[in-house]
Amino acid sequence: MFLINCPFCGERDQSEFSSGGEAHIVRPKQPTELSDDEWAEYLFMRKNIKGIQFERWNHVHGCRKWFNVVRNTSNDKILSVYKMGEKPPVNYK
Amino acid sequence: MKNKYSVFSLIKNALSQHENWQQAWGNPEPKKEYEAIIVGGGGHGLATAYYLAKKHNLKNIAVLEKGWIGGGNTGRNTTIIRSNYLWDASAGLYDHALKLWENLSQELNYNVMFSQRGVMNLAHNLQDVRDLKRRTHANRLNGIDAVWLNTEEVKKFCPIINTSPDIRYPVLGGTLQRRAGTARHDAVAWGYARGASEMGVDIIQNCEVKGIKRNGDKVEGLETTKGFIKTNKIGVVAAGHSSVIANMAGLKLPLESKPLQALVSEPVKPIIDTVVMSNAVHAYVSQSDKGELVIGAGTDSYVSYTQRGSHNIVEETLKAILELYPIFSRMKMLRQWGGIVDICPDASPIISKTNIKGLYFNCGWGTGGFKATPGSGDLFAHTIANDEPHKLNAAFNLNRFVSGDLVDEHGAAAVAH
Repeated sequence: MFLINCPFCGERDQSEFSSGGEAHIVRPKQPTELSDDEWAEYLFMRKNIKGIQFERWNHVHGCRKWFNVVRNTSNDKILSVYKMGEKPPVNYK
Repeated sequence: MKNKYSVFSLIKNALSQHENWQQAWGNPEPKKEYEAIIVGGGGHGLATAYYLAKKHNLKNIAVLEKGWIGGGNTGRNTTIIRSNYLWDASAGLYDHALKLWENLSQELNYNVMFSQRGVMNLAHNLQDVRDLKRRTHANRLNGIDAVWLNTEEVKKFCPIINTSPDIRYPVLGGTLQRRAGTARHDAVAWGYARGASEMGVDIIQNCEVKGIKRNGDKVEGLETTKGFIKTNKIGVVAAGHSSVIANMAGLKLPLESKPLQALVSEPVKPIIDTVVMSNAVHAYVSQSDKGELVIGAGTDSYVSYTQRGSHNIVEETLKAILELYPIFSRMKMLRQWGGIVDICPDASPIISKTNIKGLYFNCGWGTGGFKATPGSGDLFAHTIANDEPHKLNAAFNLNRFVSGDLVDEHGAAAVAH
């Protein structure tokens, strides 16, 4: 349980948000060209990182907007929040 | 078995003030090389090593555990055992495990306190009723005992349930598997550790895996906190940390690791002699032999390795418990904890080879792996020893996420176990 700084509403309790999982998984541009392996990779395979993870959140009980978060999954500390379409911060690897 | 536990050994040791009991398993330093190494000393990992030694005649095996054995999810779950899954593949897998449970204390010469007190699943709306009836029929076609109970029968089976039609989620009936029940989770890990150690398996605690050495498409050994150990076969049974190990070999798995919580109350006199689960309101409860209510809550919705879990999840579970069992309204909760569970998109496990030769994964058990411990160990041992899956775990391969042949147990398994 932690607070998330929604870029539109400010700091709110995590329970107001819904987690959208790993960020920056690009939707295939040519779905008809994809092999089964590529579909599996896109749909199911996840880095599931212990440490610094880039992820999507939706303020589902608030402004209902999506945005990105950089969070350390081993202690739930949020390091950065940035809007959809923005480049991920480079100082976290 | 050298030091067989029996009433005679108990008397003999009582005469010497219980000071001469032998250590139940050894504490060796790792050798330079093993035929097979199991990564993860929980119930599934220890069971795998036990069956590798017992049924497949591998003698030079190690189990590496980064903490202490049984200190992860094996010691954190709510100990529910059942096999009433919907699909044929799952029914085969979990009922295989249940049959092993029925004889496990004798097999291990260690009392795992397996208690077939029954598991009842409640239905709270019409869709629950349809789903659970369908599951009952599917179970019976697979030879798994299952009965449908109407509301009166539910009340009769577990009188403390509030079956008033006026509550927010009224009880419209339920299913019952009488062969299901609970076991003592620590005893399962300890019993398998003792059995494996007896057959020469090295159980190495406080030894964390730091890297996997590959030569092209096959494995050559493990980098650990106790140095490099050579081996050609690595079985990974690391539950919530499976992805962490997979990443060391350059693999990605279809898993997300999330905290799952449980809590126990202060001990009270016997009040509930079965296990009652409710998926819809997400509450399940049983009573331990010490008298504590053992309550399982849900997972957090986000990836985390914190072993804590959020308060709002516990609050929701306790709200549901209080509505279903008003008698518990003044109970005090003693402890709450979390474990990290690795969840597959289809809520079914992976017991599989990988495209790296000699690297095997047993993971994805999500919120309900404890019940499968003996079966999982047996089938994973078979897979490692023969480099081929057993027919009971063939459907649970990693390739199903490519072929699309998923074993979708969300309806039957989902979060409540």
